[in-house]
Amino acid sequence: MTTTTVPMRAPKVPRKYVPVLVTFCLFIAMFVAGGIRYEGFATGQILLNVLVDNSFLLVLAIGMTFVILAGGIDLSVGSVVALSTMIAASMLSGPSPWPAPVVMLVVLAVGTVLGLGMGAIIHYFEIQPFIVTLAGMFLARGLCYTISTDSIPVSDPLFTSIAQTRIDLGPELWVSPSVIIGLVVLVIAMYVLHYTRLGRGVYAVGGGEQSALLMGLPVARTKIAVYTISGFCSALGGLLFAFYTLSGYGLHAVGWELDAIAAVVIGGTLLTGGSGYLLGTLLGVLMLGLIQTILSFEGTLSSWWTRIFIGLLLLVFILLQRLIGWRARS
Amino acid sequence: MNVNALTRHRLFWPVAVLAGLLLANLLLTRGFYNIEMKDGHLYGSLIDIVRFGAPLIMVSLGMTLVIATGGIDLSVGSVVSISGALACLMISDLGDQNAVGGVLVAVGVALALTLVLGAGNGVLVAGFGIQPIVATLILMVAGRGLAQLITDGQIITINSSPYKLIGGGYWLTLPFGIIIVAVLVALTAFLTRRLALGLLIESVGGNAEAGRLSGIRSRGIVITVYVFCALCAGIAGLMVSSNVSSADGNNAGLWIELDAILAVVIGGTPLTGGRFSLSGTVLGALIIQTLTTTIYSVGVPPETNLLVKALVVTAVCLLQSPAFRAKVFGRGRPAGRGAPPSPPSGAPGAPTAVPARDEVDA
Repeated sequence: MTTTTVPMRAPKVPRKYVPVLVTFCLFIAMFVAGGIRYEGFATGQILLNVLVDNSFLLVLAIGMTFVILAGGIDLSVGSVVALSTMIAASMLSGPSPWPAPVVMLVVLAVGTVLGLGMGAIIHYFEIQPFIVTLAGMFLARGLCYTISTDSIPVSDPLFTSIAQTRIDLGPELWVSPSVIIGLVVLVIAMYVLHYTRLGRGVYAVGGGEQSALLMGLPVARTKIAVYTISGFCSALGGLLFAFYTLSGYGLHAVGWELDAIAAVVIGGTLLTGGSGYLLGTLLGVLMLGLIQTILSFEGTLSSWWTRIFIGLLLLVFILLQRLIGWRARS
Repeated sequence: MNVNALTRHRLFWPVAVLAGLLLANLLLTRGFYNIEMKDGHLYGSLIDIVRFGAPLIMVSLGMTLVIATGGIDLSVGSVVSISGALACLMISDLGDQNAVGGVLVAVGVALALTLVLGAGNGVLVAGFGIQPIVATLILMVAGRGLAQLITDGQIITINSSPYKLIGGGYWLTLPFGIIIVAVLVALTAFLTRRLALGLLIESVGGNAEAGRLSGIRSRGIVITVYVFCALCAGIAGLMVSSNVSSADGNNAGLWIELDAILAVVIGGTPLTGGRFSLSGTVLGALIIQTLTTTIYSVGVPPETNLLVKALVVTAVCLLQSPAFRAKVFGRGRPAGRGAPPSPPSGAPGAPTAVPARDEVDA
């Protein structure tokens, strides 16, 4: 009884936590490696900067996590970010600018309604989410260009003050308000996902829509809700990005839907739905941010290495998921 | 009812949309149907549609077969940029850029690389059993970085007349790209419709397990299909870069995967796999290209291109959805829950990736 731990003495980590744990360990390893290699890397502010520069991606990825957990996919998020910055910038500029709080509400409402519409079409007309959100992506980008093809600067006092505010956390440690908003969204999302009926419904629908239906769960409401949540998150991400760049532009956030999906997958959420955690998504976003930070410290490596590294990481994690999946079945 | 039978035909809506677009052009654009002969070359809007549409038809062709197996290939856009980048890089290194031999080698190497990339996708999907959307997402994300790496982040400009022929040249008065496309479409149609290959592909997409039980080696077929798709994308990449005599790792083939998937879907091939229509895909690609050309020629600001595309896509998809037809027009097959026409909409490509099904298709 004392020495039965010969080959399999790994502490019993439930298999469902393994991907998140692997991401966590990899993240720590990368951070330590960066700290050893580069001077001035292993500071708290570097970590916080990763959050500061990726808070909008975090919000997007949170929405995407809901959709993917429910077995769907949302390709429209990047375009909705661009549309949000565009709406905000155009409403705030011009001869008679709208008050900033109203603008924010309008932006959030537009994103939410767009998500709601896509969710309703996906559910009621039984068209693949891939195609519907693709159309949503074209629609949002197209709307951007109908507003303007140029970049519109934002000079609203509220927006600029949010953009410039630094919240001090200690000696030489600070974050932007966007980080706080992102983390608040994360906490709310975690509560919704793990402690409410909606959250359980999301996992159930992703695990098997037919089964969820037979169990009497509100499949229609859940499916539509996840796209609505994703639409809202995209709009909010767009607002955060507008704070970050203080501009609206139709070419903002091109390809972010893929970054968001990559963050979710690297965070250990199964793309088939039904399994995954928001904490993993946070780690996935941090991981993508850390890769960029390391590349910028390296200096000699060009930015396109980011894409290649993200791709390789995706490969590793997908193979890992597959491996765990195999074990689970056999 | 005869009319009913007609509207049920799977090519009815694509043809109707294309006809509608062409009709709109008759009213809106002056000289749309003029085809001129200049220097022994055909010119005109209609020719342009086919000429600029050639890469899209090419990519959509490969995509059709992938989707027929129940898969999807998101990496084609990256493959387009990689193959163009590699070919242009090799040609720019040639002493004499007009040397036919050197250009052929460059083209050969670029296409060989696309075969490798396609095989990689295929092995991930068929060998490791990874969902196609995920497996190809990797190359989609990493591929553009790879293309940038090949071109060193620059736009490589070349000046090679043999290479120019592929995408921008003419042969027998016709744009050469159209000829390539026609040959490949005909070849694909022959292989899939005259030989058993098409049936095998459809059986893999319809029910991989049943196919396996009846002795079909789905693994080999799936890998072949992804290799073919990457090859098509590679050829499209050569066309794109040849047409502008330069390779742009960042923008070449951007979003073409989405256009190709749209073309396939508009053409009536269901994303769930199991059957496919090559003629539908060609029609779908032509619709998308006609739409783009129309938008330009009508004088609508090109920025609204995406907006119009979104509306057309939504309209076509809604019209094709049995659930929509049943709910809005109140006729057609009643698409109740669990009715055969459309399984619950999950992530596309799920069928091949999930061997352990909880419900068995009857």
